[in-house]
This record gives sequence, C-alpha cells and structure tokens, in this order.
Amino acid sequence: MISVDVLGPLLPAVPFACALVGLLLPLRARRPAAVLAVGGAAVALLIGIALALRFRQPFGTSVELVDFGGLPVTFGVRVDWAAVYVALAVGVVALAVQAYSVSYLADDDRYVPYAAQVSLFTAAMLLVVVSGDLIVLLVGWEVMGICSYLLIGHDRTLPEAPGAAVKAFLVTRVGDVGFLLGIALLGIEAGSFRIADVLGAIATGDLSGVVVTTAGLLLLAGVAGKSAQFPLHTWLPDAMAGPTPISALIHAATMVAAGIYVVTRLMPVFAGTPLTVLGVMAAITMLLGALAATAQDDIKRVLAWSTVSQLAYMAGALAVGAVAPALFHLLTHAAFKALLFLGAGSVIHAVGSNLMSRMGGLRRGMPVTFWSMTIGLGALMGLPPLAGFWSKDAILASTEGHLLYASGLATVVVTAWYATRLWLRTFFGAPRSDAAAHPHEAPPLMSVPVALLAVPSALLGFAAFRSGFGDRLVMPLPAEWVGEYSGTAAGGPAVVREAVELVHVGPALAWPLLCLAAGSLGAWLVWRRDRAADPARVLGPVRPVFANAFYLDAVQDALVVRPALGFARAVRRADESIVDGAVEGTGRGTLSLGGVLAAAHRSGLPRAATAVLAGALLIGLAAAALGGLA
Amino acid sequence: MMLVALLAVPALGAVLVALLPARLDRPARALGTVVAAAAFAVSVALGLDRGPLLPAAGQALTPWQQYKVSWVPGLNLDFHLGVDGISYPLVVLTTLLTLLCCVYSMWTVPGDGARGRLLVALLLVIEVGILGTFLALDLVLFFVFFEVVLLPMYAVIAGWGGEDRRRAARKFVLYTLFGSVLLLVGVFVVVSAAGTADLVTLSATGGGGMARATQLAAFILFAVAFAVKSPLWPLHTWLPDAHTEAPTVGSVILAGVLLKMGTYGLIRVAIGVAPEGAVAVAPVLGVLAVAAILVGSLVCLAQSELKRLIAYSSVGHMGFVLLGIATLSTVGLQAALIGNIAHGIITGLLFFLAGAIKDRTHTGLLAELGGLRETAPGLAGVLGFAAIASLGLPGLAGFWGEAFAVVASLQRGGTLWTVLGVLAAVGGALTAAYFMRLLRRVTHGPAAPAVATTAAPRLSTYELVSWAPLVVLALAVGLLPALVLGLSADPVTALLAEVSP
Repeated sequence: MISVDVLGPLLPAVPFACALVGLLLPLRARRPAAVLAVGGAAVALLIGIALALRFRQPFGTSVELVDFGGLPVTFGVRVDWAAVYVALAVGVVALAVQAYSVSYLADDDRYVPYAAQVSLFTAAMLLVVVSGDLIVLLVGWEVMGICSYLLIGHDRTLPEAPGAAVKAFLVTRVGDVGFLLGIALLGIEAGSFRIADVLGAIATGDLSGVVVTTAGLLLLAGVAGKSAQFPLHTWLPDAMAGPTPISALIHAATMVAAGIYVVTRLMPVFAGTPLTVLGVMAAITMLLGALAATAQDDIKRVLAWSTVSQLAYMAGALAVGAVAPALFHLLTHAAFKALLFLGAGSVIHAVGSNLMSRMGGLRRGMPVTFWSMTIGLGALMGLPPLAGFWSKDAILASTEGHLLYASGLATVVVTAWYATRLWLRTFFGAPRSDAAAHPHEAPPLMSVPVALLAVPSALLGFAAFRSGFGDRLVMPLPAEWVGEYSGTAAGGPAVVREAVELVHVGPALAWPLLCLAAGSLGAWLVWRRDRAADPARVLGPVRPVFANAFYLDAVQDALVVRPALGFARAVRRADESIVDGAVEGTGRGTLSLGGVLAAAHRSGLPRAATAVLAGALLIGLAAAALGGLA
Repeated sequence: MMLVALLAVPALGAVLVALLPARLDRPARALGTVVAAAAFAVSVALGLDRGPLLPAAGQALTPWQQYKVSWVPGLNLDFHLGVDGISYPLVVLTTLLTLLCCVYSMWTVPGDGARGRLLVALLLVIEVGILGTFLALDLVLFFVFFEVVLLPMYAVIAGWGGEDRRRAARKFVLYTLFGSVLLLVGVFVVVSAAGTADLVTLSATGGGGMARATQLAAFILFAVAFAVKSPLWPLHTWLPDAHTEAPTVGSVILAGVLLKMGTYGLIRVAIGVAPEGAVAVAPVLGVLAVAAILVGSLVCLAQSELKRLIAYSSVGHMGFVLLGIATLSTVGLQAALIGNIAHGIITGLLFFLAGAIKDRTHTGLLAELGGLRETAPGLAGVLGFAAIASLGLPGLAGFWGEAFAVVASLQRGGTLWTVLGVLAAVGGALTAAYFMRLLRRVTHGPAAPAVATTAAPRLSTYELVSWAPLVVLALAVGLLPALVLGLSADPVTALLAEVSP
C-alpha cells in the first residue's frame, strides 16, 4: 500500500493533474470534464481519508527544488492531525461543490474551463494545507487567489463580475506584499524556507525577537487580506458576483480560512504584538460583518458578511492563543457555510433572483433545502446541539476576560438576528414574486450535497467530546514528530502540555444562549408584525450605513485607488515630457547646432576672409606666447 | 566546433535566404525556418557536452567549451568563444525565440509579404549577433557582435513596422549607438590598462590588476552602455516607440533577447572585468532599478495602448533583474538570471499575442478593444495566461526572479537595501494592478466593435505551434526553476568570489 510519505504530496498533485488536463479540453467536452472534475475531487478526498486512516505520527518530507545561493527551496509536506482534518474538510466541500456545479451550470457553455479552474483551486488549497516550505505555501496561496479571480469573473452576463474579480485579486495582492516580505525575512534569517527550520530557529533563539515580530506583522497583512479581516475585507461581499458554488467553496469554506490556518501553522512567529493586532482587527471585524449582514437584501451578501464575521471569531480565538477552538470552528464553519451557500444557490435557482424581497414561503416547495438550511442557520447562530454551538462556545470560553468576549457576545446577538431574518424572509410568509409562488425543489445533484452537508453541520460538534480531539488540533509536541520536522532543536526543553478541553459545560454557557435567544426572538417579533416587510426596517436611518458597511468601500476608493491612478497619470506625463523630452531635446539641440555651423560655413567671402585672418592672428599669437615660454 | 557551427549556420542561412529570388519567397521562409531549427538543435546539443562544471581553481570564468583563434592581434581581438552556466540558458532562449519567429513568419509577414524572406534573413543575422554576444569571451569580439545587432534591427523596424516606424527606428539606433560608443571607450580603457581583452583572464584576476579608479571609470562606462540596452530608467525612452512600431517578430526578438544583452553584459563584462567599480556603483544601480520598477508600473497603469503597455512592463521587469544584479550576491544574481529567462519567455509570448490581436482587430488602443473572450476565447485565454505569468504569479516562471530579487535586497541588509526591497515588493503589487486592468479592458466586458467583427477568431496552427513552447516553458520553469538555475550556481559563486563588498 502507498505510504503516508507518498500520500502527502499526492494530495495536491492529483487535483493539479486533473486541472491541467481539464484546461486543455475543448468547450464541448462537458461529460469528460465533469467526470474529471468530480473524480479528481473524489480521489483527493479518498487520499485524505487514507492519510487519516494510516496516520500514526506527525511527519514531514522534503525534496530540494532549487538553491538560490545558500537559500534552498524545498518541495515537501508537513502533516499533523490538524492538516489531515482540514484537508478532509477541503476534500468534502470540494466534492460537494463539484457535484453541485454539474447541475447548477447545466446550461452554461463554459462549464469545462470552470471545472478545471475549480480543480486547480482545490490543488492550491491542499498545497497550502500540507506544505512544509514557506515558498511552496506562497505558491499555493497565490494560485488560490488567481483561481478566485478567474472564477469570480466567470459569468459573462454580469457586468459587475470583472470589476469584482479584479478587486478581489488586488486587495489580497496588497496584503500579499506583506506576506512575501514576511516570508523573505523569515527565510533569510533562518537560512531556509522550510517551516520546520524556521520554527526551530525561533525555538533556539537564532531569530531575534524584533525579526520575529516584524515578520509576524508582515505576514499578518497577507492573512488579513485572504481572510477578509478589517481593513482588507472589502473584496469579499463583491466577490459574490461569482457563481454560487464558488462562493461556497472559495469564499466561505476554504480560501478565506487559509489565513486562519497559516496562523496556526506558524503560531510562534505571531506570538506577542502580531496577535494583539490580530485581536483588535478581529474585534472590529466581528461586529462590522454582523451589522452589515443585518441590512442586506441580497441573500448571498448576507452570507458573505456573515463569513467575514465568523472568520473574525476564529481570528479572535487565535489572538488569545486558543488554537484548538479556532481550528474547530474553522471545520464546523466550513460545513455549515458551504451548506448555506449551496442551499442559497438552490433557492436562487428556483426563484431566479438573489434578493430576499422576491422570495418568501419557499419551505413548502423546497423541503429538503428548507430543512438543510434550517440546520445550517441554526449552526451559524450557535443553536445547541448543532455543531456551531460547540465550536462557538469553545471560542467564547477561551476569550473570557478579554475585550473579545464582549465583542463576541454582542456578535452572537446580531448573528442570531440576521440568521433568523434570513430564515423567515426566505422560507416563511407569503411569496413576494411569481417565481417564489411556484417553487420547485432543486435537482438531486444540487439537493443531495446540500442535505449531506447538513450531517456534519449537525453532528460535527460532538467530536469535541471525543478525548484527544482537542489535543490533535494543536501543534504536536516535538517528541511526536518523525525525523527532523518537529520545528525545535534536538534536545530542546521538554514541553509538557495540559490536555486541551473544547467543551465547557457550566454556568458561563448561559450568556451566549441568552444572547442567541434575544437576537432571534427580536427578529421574529419584528417579522411577526408585518410578514411581508423586511425586519431590517427597524434599523431606520442606520440602515443605509450598515448596508454600505460604514462606507468603507468609498473610503478605500478615495484613499487608495484614486490617488494611485492619479499618481500613475502624473508619472506617465512626467516620463514622456521630462525624461523623453530630454532625449528628444538632445536631438533637436544637435540639429540646431548643426544648422548654426552650417550657416557659418555658408557665410560669404568678406566674412570668411575676416575669419581666416583672425584665425591666423590667433595662431601667430599663440605660437609667440608658447615659443616665448619654451 | 559546435560553437562556431552555432554562429555559422544562421549566418550562412541568412545569406542563402536573402539571395533567393522574390518568386521563391515562401520556400525561402521555409528554408530560414529549417536553418533556425538547426541552430536550435545545435544549441541544445551544446548543453549535453559539458566538461567539468566546477570552476577550475583560481578561475572565475570556466567555460564548458572554448574555441580560440587569434584574429587581429593588433586590436587584441581574438575569435574566442565559450559557453558556461550563465550564458547557456540565454543561448537556448535566443535560438528558440528565433525559431518561433521564423515559424510565425511562415504564417504572416506584415506588408505585402513579398519581401518576407528578407525579414527572415535579417532575423537570422540578428540571431548571429546576439549569439555572438553571449558566446564571446574576448572584449573586443563582444563589442563587435554587440554592434552587429543594431543595423539589422533598424532595418526590421524601418522596413516592416507600423506607421511611425522610421522615427522609432532612428531613435532606437541612435540611442543604442550612443550606448555602444560608451562601450567602446570602456573596452579601450580596459584593454589599455590591463593589457589584454581576454574575459577569462580578466575575470580570473578580478580586473586584470587595474587600479581602483580605472575600474570605476570602466564600470561606469559599461554600466551606462548596458543600461541603455537593458533598458534602465531613465535611459529607457527608446523602448516604447521601438516596440510599438516594430513588427510582431521584431518586438518578440527585441524584448525576448535583445534586452538581455544589456543585463548579460552587466554580469559578464561589467562585474567580471571591473568588480571594484561594481561594488562602488552598486547602490546607484539599485536605486535606479527600483525607480525603474515603480515608474514602469505606474506608467503602465496609465497606459492606453497595448504594445506600449507591454513595452513599459519590460522596463519594470528589467528593473527587478537589475536590482538582483545590483545586490552583488549569489541570491541576487541567480534571481537576475532566472528573471532574464522568464521575461524572455513571457514577454516574447505577450508580444506574439499583441501582434495577433492587432492583426485581427487592426487597433492596439485599449479603448477600442474589449470583450475578446466573447469572440476569440482561445486567444483571450492565452493572453490571460501570459498576463498572469507576467505579473509574477508563483507557480509560473516570472515569480522566481521577482521574489528572489526582493529576498536578495533584504538579505543585503542596511537601510538602503531594505527600503529598496520593500519598494520592489510594492512594485509587484502595482504590476498586478496594471495587468488586471489590461485584462479587464481587453478580454472582459461586452465585445467592442473592432473585436466583434474580427475576421479570424480561431487560432491558426502556426500560431499554436509558435506559442505552445512558450506556454509550456512558462509553466515548466515556474514549477522547476532548477531547469535554468541548476547550471548557473557554480559560475555565479565563482564570479562573485572576486567581488568583495
């Protein structure tokens, strides 16, 4: 049987091969493309399962790719239980999305490149998950970004899609400037780009505190961009212009979670000031995202802002050093957010519009979707005993005593409010459009993945009760690693860790439940008064502010985009008129000098004779003077 | 002998192709393609027969193969050719791009097409000049081959170019001649001070025993000359006009390999022959390189014409290469070498695509293009790939040069180099911005009138054949940079051993 050393690198390699083949297929080869896409995702999931079953000890592999003058770049994996679990989550969601897309894009003539790009994305995400080298991780990180760009711009009938794609790529690219600088700094100081070597250098103190903190802050820029944390969050709601399965895969379950994941992989780098900064960003983003979600009419935008807010929960947990709760929430969020997006896709497919003001009363015609989304929304709110309750509770328990706790509780209220609002507006009440009056359940290829995702959304929380699960989510102890991949120096101090407890059943549990009840009840009461109207009307004058997310988009446009474009135009003018002007000026100057000399040569006899005589006089004087000196 | 064959084959081929009569124009172009293919085969074979890779003790420059014959002793001019890990990738790139250009010329030649064989002949002559520059191990011979390239390139632009071609060709030839004059003076200085023009001897002794002041003067002369060629801001203004007006194959060769003569000259001649001068001038070079990155990117962000935008993007990319060279470290030079090759591959592909778009839509203005993916999805797809490769996406060839130029600059340490590294990284983000803008204007959105009425939306076989190798190489070099850098590590280390900052 294949050893884990091969299974690890195979994880990203298989979807990558499927992507390469898929990109070369002609547009009419729908069937082969679908088989390749779904098959590739299925094989990746199977490899992940095989890896999980054969996993004994955390391990790593590395093969040198190239040596840049003493700075080697290696291709290899660094696999521990956290990597395995996240890889499994990616595989499950990718498979669900690929299967769903076959039906969702049934009448799209560019399905073939779409499927290949989704496979490429899956390969890149898996590369980020298992990579053991920082440069190779950067490769996966950026390829995910470009796939996001390509897929957001997929729908040619949406005029706002190309702009949204460019915005998504550029905002994350700005963050990635810091990410590259952080990686460069770590690699230079540690002498290697391997994660194990970098962590080892930090453990032995080879890397000074200043270097580590600077690198951590720089890496944080990339994390903030990818995981849509304030102030680099502005791209995510606009990215909803992409097809809904993409929103489920990239912008909910996987790519945006990659930032959180990278922080957990490189936790020692972020210790100290970077985590404080992350905490502040998380506290702001949590409420920002939740409040913005309360005022959206577009169902996908509600979910997008919800994602921003939930990612902030994970970031908040990391900021207090609680890695296990953060990863636990990452896993449950992947399940229920993918479920919600795919379910929203079924709803949009049935109604023909993204807007909740055109929905209503859909629960009768779409029972499977209704029940699945109910579970998903319950998990999002944190309703016990669904998965989201356990993971959110783990995070809140870990942040007790911090500002993040208050922020988290406030967000629970708002989350419950907007989740209930979405549930009621979409599935209850009278239909508000013709299409909503005659809904049909989504075809099986769409409804089955949604229903299947309801299972982990409901039950994944109980994994927290399994002993050792929490421990598995934290970075393994040095003694557990095979070979030299532990990331500490040999013979370093023995690290003893207490067991990680994810479940906290106690009186503190009352607070989140009260907040949940308050938010949910509030939304229901407002809705009950007028079932056709939008509960968001109670926001009154604040509604446009929330709907535009505090006008941060406009701020970004004014502070960054316009000045950059204006500066570019000025530089272009300067380059053409000044720099090139100098060059052209030499040409013109030479021509005019030539003209002057030519005119001098054409002078008439009297002037020429005068010149000859004057020249002779000068030469005679010079000869006399020099002769006198000699 | 293979070295001489590498130069002789295209030279003889050029003569033969040019002598064929006008009625045999198509067969003449085919003959030219065969000659270019033969040259490519010889260049690949050159890499298979390598002697010891490790530099001999005390020798900074150890060619795998050498060929030395005394030519004009009075001018210190020996016909001394050789290839090592630094020049070999460039040699293969040159023969490959010339071959692809000849294949493309069989498909289409601008103008009436009756003089296509002359264009192919000129391409082969240019190839001889460029290959000679990369293979020359004698300073005066280097200068001779450096000059050989100028007039044929002028003829290509002036004969087959766009509307404003004569002015652009004039500007190109006069500006680069100015650089060549400085190069000649520099060669003079070195030969008279060191007494020899042999690059192997000069590199081995770290400057042939020249005084520091002489080395400084020589380096500055060389640097300005190669800066005009590279081009380095602010000596770059010949490039946009030349590229915009040149025919497609002219632009491909110009961007793909001609610019590399400048950066190669900086590494081989300027640093190899005057290392102390290099150490002194390196900070200035670094600052100008970063200025080139930023200015190039900002101008591209405000550009309105397709070929001009790609031309300014070359200024930006060469800025990264020159930054790598300016750090005078192994990481930096390795980054510069792979950046060179990557730029040649990717920008060559971009100019092929720009030519294809202009041929189909008869316009290069971004305002008049749009929605290419609606009518010509294959072309739009390859353009997207090339643009994404050019913005330095990790996983494709352009990434390594850009990222590791930044790494090298940070590794140098000190305030200046750290700031330069950070600014270069910001330049990377700007590069992404303008390429995204380009793609949005050209490929996305509704189909503009010029694009909707395009005559030939599908890619022809010739186009696929000439572009496929570049697409494959952009991916291959991106995933396996050792393809380019595996051979150059030792020569670079040996070269830098003579440089002591």
